[in-house]
Amino acid sequence: MDEKFIKQISLFAENKPGHLANIASSFKEASVNIRAFTIAEAGDFGIIRMVVDKPEKAHRVLHDAGFTVSETDVLGIQMEDVPGQLATIAEVLGKKGVNIDYAYAFVTKTEKAFLIIRVNDLKTAVETLYEQGISLLDMGDVQSI
Amino acid sequence: MTKYLLCDNMIEYWNPQIERMPLDELEQIQEERLRHLVDYVYTHSPFYKKRFDEAGVKPEDIRTLEDLQKLPFTYKQDLRDNYPKGMFCVPDTQLVRYHVSSGTTGKPTVVGYTKNDIHEWAKSLGRALTSIGVGRGDVLQVSYGYGLFTGGLGLHYGAEEVGSTVLPISVGNTDKQLELMQDLGTTTLACTPSYFLYMAEEAKDKGIDFQEDTGLKTGIFGAEPWTEEMRKRMEDATGIKAYDVFGTSELSGPLFTECTCQDGIHIWGDQFIVEIIDPETGDTLPEGERGELVITTLKKEALPLIRYRIGDCTILNKQPCECGRTHPRIMRVTGRVDDMLIIRGINVFPGQVESVLMKIPEVEEHFMIHVDRINEMDTMKIQIEMNDEAFSDKVNDIISLEKKVASALKSVLNLSVGVELVEHGTIPRSIGKSKKIIDNRKL
Ligand SMILES: [Zn+2]
Repeated sequence: MDEKFIKQISLFAENKPGHLANIASSFKEASVNIRAFTIAEAGDFGIIRMVVDKPEKAHRVLHDAGFTVSETDVLGIQMEDVPGQLATIAEVLGKKGVNIDYAYAFVTKTEKAFLIIRVNDLKTAVETLYEQGISLLDMGDVQSI
Repeated sequence: MTKYLLCDNMIEYWNPQIERMPLDELEQIQEERLRHLVDYVYTHSPFYKKRFDEAGVKPEDIRTLEDLQKLPFTYKQDLRDNYPKGMFCVPDTQLVRYHVSSGTTGKPTVVGYTKNDIHEWAKSLGRALTSIGVGRGDVLQVSYGYGLFTGGLGLHYGAEEVGSTVLPISVGNTDKQLELMQDLGTTTLACTPSYFLYMAEEAKDKGIDFQEDTGLKTGIFGAEPWTEEMRKRMEDATGIKAYDVFGTSELSGPLFTECTCQDGIHIWGDQFIVEIIDPETGDTLPEGERGELVITTLKKEALPLIRYRIGDCTILNKQPCECGRTHPRIMRVTGRVDDMLIIRGINVFPGQVESVLMKIPEVEEHFMIHVDRINEMDTMKIQIEMNDEAFSDKVNDIISLEKKVASALKSVLNLSVGVELVEHGTIPRSIGKSKKIIDNRKL
């Protein structure tokens, strides 16, 4: 069931100007494409989270550029109606005791909406969503969107 | 060099008669040499004659070691005031070398050496190197600065004294350091602890494993304060044994190291007398109490010093050491009397902060202390780099790590401290002395 996870790259970032430009130029050189991107801010630091088409390469490039980087398994779900479906997903997962640590949505060039969620119990979450007929993205999907 | 079999361990001594001498015999030697010293400085140094006369002490008043307390202190400022050679006790024709310490906090200080002074210095380090198992067959890479600074040449002469092969590479050019370390089979490295950490980081980036790719066994680290926790980290990361070295240019340079027991630094009693005093009152403190280190040189000819205020804070230990040496030990220096920060009336040493941080695996050893005064209130903030492995993509994990560091600091310092985790590489790496404090208080 591993293939139904998506690798998310997270970066520790102090709120310093120039950071995002550095990331963008590092990726451009390595021809890594960003699919989804969000920043969680907390006082004097932030965490940048992103889904890219080549996570291993992105990890290496960012690490070599001196960033503090980590890789996390998250779930990607294609959505028709983001707010409504998010509530449904939270409810079905909650019943199985799975908590959503955070979620963020993004829209592709083809105007499809996707939701990325991080949960505390991946295995149960995947099984539960599968039972509900909710299909999950894999890395192949991420590369092609 | 003589080898002794003590329990199961072979212990080597450079000068066993002196190093294992019973303490009372050693103190007898100190008394004799002290009496000679006060005569010598009184007759050879106009500075000390004046100092003694002002204090109302005559050389004949000093008969026993207790009488030492009657003598006035000597301060670094005295060396500056008498720049360049006003305190020397020998004519220039007797001098074979000068070292000059940088004048970052005032005028520079000049130390002159006679031929005997150079030899006594090398002998002191020769005993020390032997006590950590460094001798013939060892390659000692001296990555301290050579030149006016005493670190490079000091270790150089000490290593030659015991027959080690010296690689006088001096500080900097880390690529070359790592290359020659591998090619020439360096077994012992002498440098500042911060430079070693920097070197270890560079080696890691280049894929060099100290244990696999080098013959490095021993590190001699000094010229800036470091901690037990830092030792553990350095030893675990590189597989070497890390030893503290002590000395200052005014006393000659690096003179003493820990022995293999890693439990204090032996100060050779036949060459120096150690006292620990209260830095405020100047009173001598009993053995085991922390205070300011004061040293009297017994053998120096060109620039002997009486009760010289070193400015380092430490503890004296006269208990016999497991290595069999009887000479008194000073325990790890926790900081400089003048580096001590007073924050909301509480004394804080950067060394204390460092030792707390070293116990927290989620953070790196690089940190910076920021002190400020906001609304008449002193504030202290620590910036520290987060360990790559400890980084979580959850905001709460990082906030709770900041809280964990803050509460660990509070329990040791008795002070609320702000903690800010910063990115790897943010805190400046220093090749020389680490500058760990930014004090923005306008007093
Ligand atoms: Zn010992």
